[in-house]
Amino acid sequence: MISISNLYKSYGSLEVLKGIDLNIPKGEVLSVIGSSGSGKSTLLYCINGLEPIQKGQIIVDDIDVHAKETNLNSVRQNMGMVFQQWNSFPHLTVLENVALAPKIVSKLSKSDALEVAEKQLLHVGLGDKLSQYPSALSGGQQQRLAIARALAMEPKCMLFDEATSALDPELVGEVLDTIRLLADEGMTMICVTHEMGFAREVSDRVAFFHEGKIEEINQAEKLFGSPKSKYLQKFLSKVKT
Amino acid sequence: MESSATYFSGFSLNDLWFLGEAALRTLWISFLAISIGSLIGIFLGLALSVSRIFSFTLGAILDIFRSVPLIIQLVLFFNFAPIIGLRLNPFEAGLIVLTVYTSAYVANVARGGIEAVGIPMRQAARSLGMNYWQDLRYVVWPIGLRAVFPAWVGVALGVMKDSALVSILGYVELLKASQILMTRTQEAILILSIAGAFYFALSYPISYYATRLEQRWSK
Amino acid sequence: MDYNFHWRPVFKSLPDLLESAILTLEVAILSMILGIIFGLALSLIRIHVKGPLKWFAISWIELARNTPALLQLFFFGFGLGAFGIHFSPFLIVLMGLTFNNSGYLAENFRGGFNSIPDTQIRASLSLGMNHFQTYTRIIIPQVLRVVYHPMTNQMVWAVLMSSLGMLVGFRELSGETQFFASKTYRIFEYFAATAVIYYVIVKIILGAARLMASRLFKY
Repeated sequence: MISISNLYKSYGSLEVLKGIDLNIPKGEVLSVIGSSGSGKSTLLYCINGLEPIQKGQIIVDDIDVHAKETNLNSVRQNMGMVFQQWNSFPHLTVLENVALAPKIVSKLSKSDALEVAEKQLLHVGLGDKLSQYPSALSGGQQQRLAIARALAMEPKCMLFDEATSALDPELVGEVLDTIRLLADEGMTMICVTHEMGFAREVSDRVAFFHEGKIEEINQAEKLFGSPKSKYLQKFLSKVKT
Repeated sequence: MESSATYFSGFSLNDLWFLGEAALRTLWISFLAISIGSLIGIFLGLALSVSRIFSFTLGAILDIFRSVPLIIQLVLFFNFAPIIGLRLNPFEAGLIVLTVYTSAYVANVARGGIEAVGIPMRQAARSLGMNYWQDLRYVVWPIGLRAVFPAWVGVALGVMKDSALVSILGYVELLKASQILMTRTQEAILILSIAGAFYFALSYPISYYATRLEQRWSK
Repeated sequence: MDYNFHWRPVFKSLPDLLESAILTLEVAILSMILGIIFGLALSLIRIHVKGPLKWFAISWIELARNTPALLQLFFFGFGLGAFGIHFSPFLIVLMGLTFNNSGYLAENFRGGFNSIPDTQIRASLSLGMNHFQTYTRIIIPQVLRVVYHPMTNQMVWAVLMSSLGMLVGFRELSGETQFFASKTYRIFEYFAATAVIYYVIVKIILGAARLMASRLFKY
């Protein structure tokens, strides 16, 4: 589904990703952990084509994301992305937030777009907020709105960039529940996260990033149960949940 | 060569001197209007923030000066003064109108500054035993000034530019001088550019500095 | 006070004055529409473009903001005459106001664009929207809300500034007033009536803007 080979990315002289190789088969949930600045979020931006890369290749659903002839807008339709800041569009109602992209990007008719939007909002448990504006929603609800908005494009995979780290602790649960729901439905996902418990429970595999490289990658139980890298051991002892 | 200069009706060095003098008059009338107007405006702003009745009645009166073109205010007052027996020359009439106009804008800015300080902060000041004037002097003034200083600079520069309108009363400030020279020399572009450069040289650095200050303060 | 007020001629020419007030509104609205278009373009150029085009935009913006509006009007009126380019008084005022509005609005828009977080752009790109869709559907609607209030103020300014038309022979409200005033020598009465008309126009604009805002911005 997603295959990354020999990926290098730098901001000016600062090298952020130094040779990433990663294969994510269809239906897999991969969590990415690591201290801040290790390049986890940058990886997602590169996969989504929001940041240019210097070397290597990212192939999503048989399309080379960074090839010159690739139409990024159509590639992005296959990938849903959820950001740390929930980024709801404040000038649109909850329903319009979700219906906008299906209408103007997927070119659905207005009624079809609204139908898709409503379905996804019910899916994430916001069925009673359709006509409200995002400002009336809690952070957790806005993040679920962002998930519904991404899902409405019927993506083949989802990228979560620290989806819960800007939330108040009591709101984290509802968002994780929503992501868990998607995992159960077999969605291919990459989750950059700080929630170790969640990563262990939901992911098929977990990748530990250290200084722009994948230091260790393994099945969730093995990676958390018997970490091999000393950096990972140190990291886990610091964030012990 | 030298004698030809006297026949030449084009732009001469003397004219530049003439413009320079006029520019000083622009500066002078602006300086007076801005300083007196700001002083009055601050007190009006205080009055506006003190009571609701003031804020309603006084506010409505000041609003008039912000809703009628300055040029109309100038003509009106210049023609009204003799009716009530005031003999004013263009400078005096212009200065009075410009000052009142300034104070109407500054009053609004000052009120904004006082409101920016907020009630809780002022209650805290009073709870420390400060009296009303101490509260104003040590709390409202420094904090409020910061909040609205850029807006005040905007008003002041606006008045400086608007002082060009006093020309219609016949006061020979920079723009009037330019008009006179334009009629004589027919060198409109040159003269307007010189006048424009003067206004720009005065206004731009100040507004640039004010913006920088605002950015620094908002951090 | 031995002046006798004569209001009858004013009342008699009230229909003419009101008709010229429509002209005032026309030129103000037109200059705002053009100002919004140019202002938007100037702000986007200033933010995104490098090179000579950027300097052109900056010069326009800063000249408009740092020189008197009357001087700008004179430039279009007399300055371009030096090149043999002559415009009708209506066009002179329209160009002058448009030049001025564009400069001020451009800076308002720039502030508006800067106030929208980059993450909004990322979010809409990640949904597959292209840059054009991102701007028209996501960014500009939000910017419009931010600049709505300054834009309303600029509209009021445009009405007030249009009064300068009387100095370039444009018969909008002020020009028409001057025409009648000099015909009848009832200068004070005519200009007083005109001041009232301006005041009412400004209040109507502000009221309408408030009404529109409550319908436009529900969030």
